[in-house]
Amino acid sequence: MKYTAVIGLEVHAQLLTDSKIFCGCSTAFGAEPNSHICPVCTAMPGVLPVLNRRVVEFGIRAALATSGEIAEFAQFARKNYFYPDLPKGYQISQYEYPLAKGGHVEIETNGEKKKIGLTRIHMEEDAGKLVHDDKAPFSYVDLNRTGVPLLEIVSEPDMSTPEEAGEYLRKLRSILRYLGVCDGNMEEGSFRCDANISVMPEGSKTLGTRTELKNMNSFRNVERALEYEIHRQIEVLEDGGSVVQETRLWNDQKNITESMRGKEEAHDYRYFPDPDLVPLRVDREWIAMIKTELPELPDEKIRRFQSEYNLSDYDARVLASEKELAEYFEETVSAGAPPKPASNWIMVELLHKLNDDKVFIADSPIPPKDMARLIGLIEDETISGKIAKTVFAEMYDTHKSPEVIVKEQGLVQITDSGEIAAIVDDIIAAHPDEVAAYRGGKENLLKFFIGQVMKETKGKANPKLVNDLVKKKLGA
Amino acid sequence: MDICSSTIHELATAYRNGDTDPVAATETFLERIERINPSLNAYIRITADTALARAKEAKKRLVNNDATTLTGIPLGIKDLMCTRGITTTCGSKILEHFVPPYNATVIERLAGQGAVMLGKTNMDEFAMGSSTESSYFGPTRNPHNTDYIPGGSSGGSAAAVAADLCCAALGSDTGGSIRQPASYTGIVGLKPTYGLVSRYGLVAFASSLDQIGPMTKDVRDAAILFSAIAGHDKRDSTSLEVDIPDYTEFLDRGVQGLRVGVPKEYFGEGLDEEVEGRVMEMVKTLEGGGAKIIDVSIPRTEHALAAYYIIAPSEASSNLARYDGVRYGFRDTRPKDSLIDMFRRSRSGGFGPEVKRRIMLGTYALSAGYYDAYYKKALQVRRLLSDDLEAAFAKVDVIACPAAPTPAYKIGEKLEDPLSMYLGDVYTVTANLAGIPGMSVPAGLNSQGLPIGVQLLAKPLGEEHIFRSAYYLEQNRPHHTPKPSL
Repeated sequence: MKYTAVIGLEVHAQLLTDSKIFCGCSTAFGAEPNSHICPVCTAMPGVLPVLNRRVVEFGIRAALATSGEIAEFAQFARKNYFYPDLPKGYQISQYEYPLAKGGHVEIETNGEKKKIGLTRIHMEEDAGKLVHDDKAPFSYVDLNRTGVPLLEIVSEPDMSTPEEAGEYLRKLRSILRYLGVCDGNMEEGSFRCDANISVMPEGSKTLGTRTELKNMNSFRNVERALEYEIHRQIEVLEDGGSVVQETRLWNDQKNITESMRGKEEAHDYRYFPDPDLVPLRVDREWIAMIKTELPELPDEKIRRFQSEYNLSDYDARVLASEKELAEYFEETVSAGAPPKPASNWIMVELLHKLNDDKVFIADSPIPPKDMARLIGLIEDETISGKIAKTVFAEMYDTHKSPEVIVKEQGLVQITDSGEIAAIVDDIIAAHPDEVAAYRGGKENLLKFFIGQVMKETKGKANPKLVNDLVKKKLGA
Repeated sequence: MDICSSTIHELATAYRNGDTDPVAATETFLERIERINPSLNAYIRITADTALARAKEAKKRLVNNDATTLTGIPLGIKDLMCTRGITTTCGSKILEHFVPPYNATVIERLAGQGAVMLGKTNMDEFAMGSSTESSYFGPTRNPHNTDYIPGGSSGGSAAAVAADLCCAALGSDTGGSIRQPASYTGIVGLKPTYGLVSRYGLVAFASSLDQIGPMTKDVRDAAILFSAIAGHDKRDSTSLEVDIPDYTEFLDRGVQGLRVGVPKEYFGEGLDEEVEGRVMEMVKTLEGGGAKIIDVSIPRTEHALAAYYIIAPSEASSNLARYDGVRYGFRDTRPKDSLIDMFRRSRSGGFGPEVKRRIMLGTYALSAGYYDAYYKKALQVRRLLSDDLEAAFAKVDVIACPAAPTPAYKIGEKLEDPLSMYLGDVYTVTANLAGIPGMSVPAGLNSQGLPIGVQLLAKPLGEEHIFRSAYYLEQNRPHHTPKPSL
């Protein structure tokens, strides 16, 4: 039997506000345990939460960017459960009245476009974390993360393959990064994802029993975990069994999902409106203002790159996938580089190098201006494309400008046809046998002669001139 | 002069006239507390050293002409308002050794005026109870008759004011916890409009109902103390942004033309005859001053108590979840196996029976499957009650009614019957559910010498009308409430 998978994702995006959601403490990552806490973070008796306006603003940005409908009336609720890293004994979240409902994220897989619907976007606070002592029967509580603001973005179960889920996550991450509301760092946990997944016989309308997947800390892990889980569920069904509704953890070492807890331990969170926070009536004028301040988003940028710079769909997509990359490209172009060569140089040479070195585009050792000048040297035929690669490598390592490198190493292209012609004559004279063979019909020997000339000039000869001259002289 | 029996305004005048000074007055109060408190247990903790230090500062301010009415005035503070560096127990074993690292907003405001805190007063554990018998530190006794309870949960503050163990005190009122003990001990107690006094630093019982208020020897003091603690606080999201007048300015405006409502639902079955008699005498007094007496109805009153005893425990079950033994407070050090066992034992050992009863009640009411039937329904009742009151206050400025159906009862009398104790809150919970202000003003004694109070209610932010009528009653009432003999 053939099966269809049904996938929905819950993303927790940590917001890039300077202070926490309900107090003024810092949200900086990686500080000494319990150095960014106050009576509100530690839930001292008598303290009260005060909502950080920036969090709402960031939530509105995210909702506007995904065409969601921002609620007239939103409310914080308490999600009650006991855990040592949850100081109040409840998490302040949103339940019945989230900040926004609906909206969608458009993705493209295998050339096909698809809209993934969003159920809701809501605001909540993060919990702290436990640090376990391997040697002693103790655990320590670090509350630095407590109260760090999160957006929870819940999708509809609109995805049916791991690739779609991966694309959705990449696109969502790209949008949030464009908006400046989340840094999207999955490894550091500032962009976390849980997946709900079920399978059903192809054509069926009844959803199968779903499992929830947690603990996936990279896009690749999400795709692999979903892949594994789809096969696992199908196997269970094929063997005549039934899928158990449960939470499963992705085991990165073994490449499998493992059962975490059964349904019998399911929580009753006893949600109710938080009486310490007044209901939120989001000012429509404020929303309109935030809307005018939204940056150009990935989809718009892709369309503009195609029309404005005449780039291919593929190139436009790659360059627009990250705000910083798109900015790098546009800065290179505005520094004088023609769009198409700029796109090629950035995507092929620069991105490969940066990826190998795990460097962000924003930290590129070659600034856009120098990239434009390098391309300019090729365009005005000062250097050949081949030499340019050497110059590029040198620029990357030494941070020197391309002109300096070309000058220092004497890489200026030989465009004097007299000089080249002389070299060609010498080569022809030195290889009588090959000349005879060429003239006898072995036309592919042309490359041999060109190669010899390039070798003689250390690659500096203008390739087009060499080509023309070799052909001309051999033909004579 | 008799320092301890002085009101705030009398003592402030004495300071200005040089008849006494804050240090002398504070010492006099501390001596009286030492003598009288053991028989009443009104204070959980006496903060003599800090009180004297503050009194010295106050004395300087008076000399430098940098004083307000409250400068150097010795006060009692209910032990659920956080005081930096001073143990704040909430009447519970679980917070027996809890020392807050910060001050409640009201504490800061009073300190800013130079008031002197004598100590932290006793209370029902986490303000749950109507008799101050559920305190981990033992019950407080009624100064008028020590066999009797002083009311609750602010029973310690009430007894301290009535017994002259402070000039005035702060209490908190979640379902009547200022007004009912004020009524039982013959003092003035105001539960302000919800949101007028910051709850920051008030250890929460039920967040949507809790409100701090003054407990004083007379109405003028209530106006003085209330004016000092009220006002917007950005640390409390439910705090109202309104201008706070000087409430003493309303006192002597009389009641001519004031419309006073008498709700029939407050004068039915269960109301003690003597209480009814005293309350009706007060209504007559208002009429004598030119007030217009109007019959009103608050039809949903019969459901108020039920709604209250769903909403308050529900919020409490969540507010008290933080007492888990992880960060502060009591922790049972013998957990058997798991984390859950540590939580369970710490909470089992740290909370008393009334608190546990309400946590369980609230947990049940909020549970999936019961939420709609209980919590949501209670919220609907709450809304309807507010509608009833709005309709009533369209016709009247003030509602006059009993504060409690009976005078104080004996210690231990209702301890085994929590439901009958809950019924004693029947006249007070409505004000908390609707967020309106209410005051209990002494109306004399019953035949056994126990105080009776009349309750005055107004619409939200209608404190002005309460102060006018309360002050008029105080000046013209037929029966006075004599000081207890101790």
